[in-house]
Amino acid sequence: MSNAANGHLPGTPAAPSHSAPPDRYVPGTGEVRRHRLIALVLDRPGVLNRVASLMRARSFNIDSLAVSHTDQPAISRMTITLQGDDVAVEQAAKQLYRLIDVLKVQDVTAEPTIENELALIKVRATDTTRPEILKVVELSRGRVVDLTPESVVIEVTGSEAEIDGFVAMLRTYGIKELVRTGAVVMSRGSGSIEEALKR
Amino acid sequence: MTITKGGADGRRGQGGGAASAGEPGSAPAAPARGTERHSHVPGAGTARAVAIERAQREMLRDGSSAATAAAGRVAGKRTRIGADVVCESLIRQGVHTFFSYPGGVILPFYDVLGDYPELRHILVRHEQGGAHAADGYARVTGQVGVCMGTSGPGATNLVTGIGTAQLDSIPMVAITGNVPGALLGKDAFQEIDINGITLPMTKHNYLVRDANDLPRVLAEAFHIARTGRPGPVHVDITKDALQQETSAPHPSHEEVVAGLPGFKPNLDGHYRQLKLAAQEIAQARRPVIMAGHGVLHAGAEQELLALAEKAQIPVAWSLLGIGAMDETHPLAYGYMGMHGWKHTNRAIQSADLLIALGMRFDDRVTGNVKTYAPYARIIHVDIDPAEIGKNVAVEVPIVGDARRVLEALLPMVPAVDTQERRDYLAQLAGWRKESEASSWHGSGAWRDGLLSADYVVARIGELTNHDATYVADVGQNQMWLARYAGFRHPNTHVSSGGLGTMGFSLPAAMGAALGRPDRETWAIAGDGGFQMTSQELMTLVQDRIPVKLAIFDNKKLGMIRQWQEIVYGGNYHSAQLMGPDYLKLADAYGVPAIKATTPDEVDEAIRFAQSVDGPALIWFEITGEQNVFPMMPAGKGLSDLIETWGGPEE
Repeated sequence: MSNAANGHLPGTPAAPSHSAPPDRYVPGTGEVRRHRLIALVLDRPGVLNRVASLMRARSFNIDSLAVSHTDQPAISRMTITLQGDDVAVEQAAKQLYRLIDVLKVQDVTAEPTIENELALIKVRATDTTRPEILKVVELSRGRVVDLTPESVVIEVTGSEAEIDGFVAMLRTYGIKELVRTGAVVMSRGSGSIEEALKR
Repeated sequence: MTITKGGADGRRGQGGGAASAGEPGSAPAAPARGTERHSHVPGAGTARAVAIERAQREMLRDGSSAATAAAGRVAGKRTRIGADVVCESLIRQGVHTFFSYPGGVILPFYDVLGDYPELRHILVRHEQGGAHAADGYARVTGQVGVCMGTSGPGATNLVTGIGTAQLDSIPMVAITGNVPGALLGKDAFQEIDINGITLPMTKHNYLVRDANDLPRVLAEAFHIARTGRPGPVHVDITKDALQQETSAPHPSHEEVVAGLPGFKPNLDGHYRQLKLAAQEIAQARRPVIMAGHGVLHAGAEQELLALAEKAQIPVAWSLLGIGAMDETHPLAYGYMGMHGWKHTNRAIQSADLLIALGMRFDDRVTGNVKTYAPYARIIHVDIDPAEIGKNVAVEVPIVGDARRVLEALLPMVPAVDTQERRDYLAQLAGWRKESEASSWHGSGAWRDGLLSADYVVARIGELTNHDATYVADVGQNQMWLARYAGFRHPNTHVSSGGLGTMGFSLPAAMGAALGRPDRETWAIAGDGGFQMTSQELMTLVQDRIPVKLAIFDNKKLGMIRQWQEIVYGGNYHSAQLMGPDYLKLADAYGVPAIKATTPDEVDEAIRFAQSVDGPALIWFEITGEQNVFPMMPAGKGLSDLIETWGGPEE
């Protein structure tokens, strides 16, 4: 080719004609924080798969996902907690709306809410540690739901942070098994996402 | 009950996991030895096991209900079965032509298809061809394209075509058969979880196990495929549902809408946002309109033109936005992006306002987002809220149908006198002149003693009066077509933009030719793409589909070679591609063909293809090492275009 002298090697592009302006913001690169989404979905086969598949395919990082019935027949409720910057999570909500079975999505991160999850914790217990464990349970407003000579099963509800703290306390005695439901969230006050759906 | 991997059957014996298989711990009711055949289906004797046995019998023989249908036909009457519902639905949805390939579990459909002469069935040679054909049909007609296939491999072969439709927002309904409901999940012959496969690449999908659901599901599928942002919908139907008798009625449009409470696309832009957009446009000194596929989907070409003329704004377009504006219009400023015109990209990089209509700021359009259009504020109109803010942050988001948004916006935008924009438009005109004079453009008919691809494309455009349907394959040929054919009319350009599916052109052109028989249809394929789906030549012949196929044979995977030359330091691997003697190949299929290797043979070859009543093939031997310039290397920005390349050692 004739004008090889003008050719640019890879990585050495022509200098732009303007002085460099600040970089354009790339969506999803802002400050990451924990968000809480509530989604009302039609209770149809595969809806959980659709939601989970979408979150995976779009690289959204789910912390927890809790699914249950609502007071309305054929409508289920999902509580999703995930990490991301505000724009990325808004994008997640909008992508969820593209699913035909999704009726309503609300980001309640900034709203006053009640947020709880339930945990069952099976702790190693001996005659010497049992009284201490029961004391911790009592202080943390937990409940013993099963008792054997070697173990205690404790049920506790609370926010994610509260349960994290409780579990940390119990870890010194030896946790044999742990299960958590993931957070469920409801907004405070008389407003209702289910009623909003009917309007 | 504890179930461990692989252990359930072995430890529980033939009772399997079925709790109702008899007394706990005892064997299921054992038949007296020698009097009855022993069943090997787990949970023998249960209703489920009986259903599985029946389904297995029907798979092996041709099925009792098929025999019933055949007997009924002889007697002149038969009952309505699920397969009839499929045919009725296609007719009700206005489908005249569809593309399909038979197979075991979809045979009940083929058993009744002959009773519906109003449906034209095109027997493709591969399901992928069927899906692309439905796609091409949809792109030129704006109607929902329909393709069908059997379970297992038939269904997986459709997948590439469904994915192509998904990334380009093409209204399509793909229907597959599946094994009888009782065998689902048993890894039966030709069973695959096709719903699981198509789930992330369709707008919606269904599995139908009961024929009574079919009228509703099919009506919903068509409604979803064509409403709002279009897209493919997949409907998987079990064989027994196709054979099941049903009297379920077809729902009305209102019933369909009422049954989809989660699907309400927003068509009209928010008034306040429209006001903001009008203010931005009024204040802008260097605005650029960017037209995407959404303009064509919405049929907003007139409204686009009206806005451009009223506010004197130049119009750029994405690959799939080609045709949204007549390229000869003074305000038509060109194709943008990775292989777009330099002047178009330059205008975007220096713009103070981008008005994006029905496009998604794909990475092939923006390059590195950080350095994209650094001085521009952005108005983004799209019917899909999820597209707004996905790839770039925008100042004025407007969710709505491009035509309705533009109709509402137009009266709010103040008219701009040409004089006001004189300097701006003069500068753009200068850039255009400069860029068109560059060495990579109009490289002449000859390159290294062989045909230059841009010349061939330009001649095809001119000799067809820029009024044919032009279907691109993927790679260099796709970029040459986009840049040099000269598009004047909407929906005359068909290209796999999002998925970039090689092998797309021939089958898609097949569908396009059937959708718009009033226009000539040209498929522009490289030798690589052509060899991926060349089997559809036989479909062209069998169904007399008049596609004119232009093979751009550089005996290479041209775009691969280009990238290996420029980005990978000349380390060529698998860029050389052998091909057959295309004249002999065409002859074997019975397709008239001609070869052109010099410029003076080009027009003659094109005219020859045009003179053939039916399909024809032209073998253009083009130069082997022509690059598509300018080119934006991946990860770079629009200001970093490579315009010439002489090799690192020169």
